[in-house]
Amino acid sequence: MKPNVVTLCAAAVAIALPFVLRALGLDFYLSLASRIVIYAIAATSLNLVLGYGGMVSFGHAAFVGLGAYVTAIMLSEGVTSGVLHLAATVAVTALAALVIGAISLRTRGVYFIMITLAFAQMLYYLANSVKGYGGDEGLTVRARSLFSFAGYVLDLKKPLAIYFVAVGVLALALVALARFAPSRFGRAVLALRDDDVRAEALGFATYRYKLVVFVVAGALGGVAGALSANLQGYVSPNLLHWTQSGTLMVMVILGGVATVWGGVLGAAVLLLLQEVLGAYTEHHEFWTGWVLLAVVLFARQGLAGLLARMRATRLS
Amino acid sequence: MSASATPAALLEVRGLVKRFGGIVATDHVDLDVRAGEIHALIGPNGAGKTTLVAQLAGQVASDRGTIVFAGADVTTLATHERARRGLVRSFQITRLFRSASVLDNVALAVQAVSGTSLRAWRPVTREAALFERARQVLVAIGLGSKGDCAIDQLSHGERRALEVGMTLASRPRLILLDEPMAGMGPGESTRMEALVAASRATSTVLLIEHDVDAVFRLADRVSVLVGGRVIATGAPAAVRNDPAVIAAYLGEEHAR
Repeated sequence: MKPNVVTLCAAAVAIALPFVLRALGLDFYLSLASRIVIYAIAATSLNLVLGYGGMVSFGHAAFVGLGAYVTAIMLSEGVTSGVLHLAATVAVTALAALVIGAISLRTRGVYFIMITLAFAQMLYYLANSVKGYGGDEGLTVRARSLFSFAGYVLDLKKPLAIYFVAVGVLALALVALARFAPSRFGRAVLALRDDDVRAEALGFATYRYKLVVFVVAGALGGVAGALSANLQGYVSPNLLHWTQSGTLMVMVILGGVATVWGGVLGAAVLLLLQEVLGAYTEHHEFWTGWVLLAVVLFARQGLAGLLARMRATRLS
Repeated sequence: MSASATPAALLEVRGLVKRFGGIVATDHVDLDVRAGEIHALIGPNGAGKTTLVAQLAGQVASDRGTIVFAGADVTTLATHERARRGLVRSFQITRLFRSASVLDNVALAVQAVSGTSLRAWRPVTREAALFERARQVLVAIGLGSKGDCAIDQLSHGERRALEVGMTLASRPRLILLDEPMAGMGPGESTRMEALVAASRATSTVLLIEHDVDAVFRLADRVSVLVGGRVIATGAPAAVRNDPAVIAAYLGEEHAR
């Protein structure tokens, strides 16, 4: 697989962006850029479950929020090693996804949507009730994850550091997703999305494969949460609220279900729309609603599908 | 019956029961399918044929009884585990992977039973053997030139052929064909009959079919299911002249 023009351009933009912003005196926007990248990671992880796997999980924010809390709690307890934060985040969110997935994946259709939502709301109320870590007011942390190697220390408090770490995580996730789609596993997952009864009858261990997808996506969502805790220096139960799960779903549908770039495009467009429209009106959600409606009605596979078709037309 | 007198049974079903509420869909079914034969299962609508197939394939759990396949008890195994042991079914209502091409549908069927599918890095197109076998199957089922087509470009008959072809693709030891000729025109069902006849070269076949004439041409042995019970098993000539079978299902015109 050769990296194509789109990939190279995206990489160039991602690397150049902080320096361009600084040159233009718009440093403030770097934190927005980091937020977009972190949401892009979360949306990409949801796209794996929802788009590629066809599992309409309505509780994905629970894993993002859980990852954020794991990191924030460790920071508030004085643990600053970023490696430990990441390891603990992945372990806890993967375990949570394993338990929630093992139970939820016994159901299908509307019941699956409802049970994932129910689990997420349980974690939301749990976050509200842990008074030791802020309860419903949330938890503010001063320190950030530190990554030290060979005498250098990377402190995620620095805007450039958190930005590039997030970009790195996103890049790894996108490469893995692009490799996954045409692989044995990717095609088996596509088959069980189309018809899991048939896939099972042919010999695919459908339940196990769905569970693997669910756990990997949950852990990646958790990593997005850990980065979010570092960016904001604050976590609150709202991170786990079902409306957050809804926002991630909107990003995936807007950007393109089951496309590599879908999560990235959805996160970027939705957050930029909020930012731009937010400057003019308090009711920006009203206008983003229209954009979403237009995309759903007129662009199959979202913005990624639209862009792919435009390229195909131009090349032909 | 001594073991030497009968050819070894590939599939041995003993006392199989399935109840749905008060209805007994499968009522103490005993059934032997011998290695290498085409064994037909016929019976009127509502006789429980589809439920029995689902029990044999593992989609419906049995209340009582045992299913022994190739010498091993598979009664409680999951569907995919039975498929991996070589017991694969087709569906009466066509089930295909809509977002994959015709060739990819068959390649997926081959992949499903060959090694692990938990590999997420190497592109599957590097596995020439999968696609070689898939192309062979497409030629065998008369879709050799349609590999790149999307599923919705196929006719009903072609989809039925693909449905059966996917079942054959992994060369299973036993295939359960659930009404392969359902809804087919005369020309299409002749081709399907030839395909079923040819599939015995690689697989034992349990054929559920409504077309009684086709059944009597194809089958080595026939079992008749009525009201969830097997009322007769034997060679086609014997079964079609069995008074109980005539009374319950065939009627006089099929007796000779």
